[in-house]
Amino acid sequence: MPQIAQLAEVWSSQIFWMLVTFGFVFFVVGRGMVPKIQSTVEARDSKIAGDLEAAKAAFARGDEIEADYRARENESRAAAQALVAEAKAKAAKDAEKKIAAADAKIADKIAAAEAEIRAASASAMAEIEAVAAEAAQDMVVKISGVQPTAAAAKKAVKAALAHG
Amino acid sequence: MAEAGKIDPMHQFAIEPLFGTEHWAIGGYNIAFTNSALWMVITAVALWAFMLLGMKRELVPGRWQAAAETMTGFIDNLLLANVGPEGKRYVPYVFSLFMFILFANLLGLLPLGLIGSHAFTFTSHFTATGVLAILSFSIVLIVGFARHGLHFFSLFVPHGTPVWLLWLIPFIELVSFLVRPFSLGLRLFVAMMAGHILLEVLSSFVINSGNAGAGWGLMIGVPSFILMIGISALELLVAVIQAYVFALLTSLYINDAVNLH
Repeated sequence: MPQIAQLAEVWSSQIFWMLVTFGFVFFVVGRGMVPKIQSTVEARDSKIAGDLEAAKAAFARGDEIEADYRARENESRAAAQALVAEAKAKAAKDAEKKIAAADAKIADKIAAAEAEIRAASASAMAEIEAVAAEAAQDMVVKISGVQPTAAAAKKAVKAALAHG
Repeated sequence: MAEAGKIDPMHQFAIEPLFGTEHWAIGGYNIAFTNSALWMVITAVALWAFMLLGMKRELVPGRWQAAAETMTGFIDNLLLANVGPEGKRYVPYVFSLFMFILFANLLGLLPLGLIGSHAFTFTSHFTATGVLAILSFSIVLIVGFARHGLHFFSLFVPHGTPVWLLWLIPFIELVSFLVRPFSLGLRLFVAMMAGHILLEVLSSFVINSGNAGAGWGLMIGVPSFILMIGISALELLVAVIQAYVFALLTSLYINDAVNLH
């Protein structure tokens, strides 16, 4: 077993080189490099944690904004519906009023027209009486040679017209 | 080496000086640069290169960076789970320990025999693992006495010890405490050595039976070779587990020193 057989000649060299190489590893790698790698890992971890936090906050703010938006939307929708209902009611009232006014005007016009028609027919009737009386006077003169008075002719025509 | 019956499974652990055998010495102690020292340097450089490639420090890590960060995160969690928030101070040490042993074990398994070279597993030498074990044990002692002073000795009287056992329990605890550096160093060295010997013995079966004839080769060589493939996979697992055990036990001992029981 060389570990024991060679012990006397190699132990000092083994221990010396072990201390040198492990010392190098401890001071250069362990003390020099490991803390830097650890700090890199920590920096990354804290950055990830920070980013997650920020994302969570942004998410919460997004929710808030959405809720706010919803509320405002509902509000404005209700307001719009009220406005529409009001406008509808107003329009209906206006239409009613206009219709009533138009109705009244039309009734006036009809009444005026009816009065005119009545007047016209009365005057036409009078003219017809006058013409009929004249004609009756002429007929009486031609037939009997007696000149009847205008009043008598008129009376006779009236009576005849009244009997149809 | 292929001569029948001449394969020595222990030869792979022999330390051969590369240079500096005669003149290199500190205070009369020889510090020749051996093949063992060479593999220690290779391990340290490989680990350094691994970490350097993982040090790009980008927000979105690449593959190397993710690998390096996984390892530091692993040791971070190990100490957090076993020691608590105060364990963060010991991450550099335990990380160095874990990665150095892991790289040494894995590099020692490289099949460099295929290209005519030989990997040397210095963690199969208790002179090497002993240094790490004593370092860990010293840290436990220094931290323990620095933080708790003489109160550190209360470690030897666990909570709930019955009064009538007070003469025995501290003694048992003291022995189990003092055995720690030995168990740390020996466990790693024995595990690595056993696996390498097993592979070497099986490979000698393959070679010797093949040399003895085709019939022997088929009967003994082929099953041995198949077994070797399985053992190699197992050895990769052992390499990782032993590094993990060393780091885990060190962190548990540090927990004793930091938090007492």
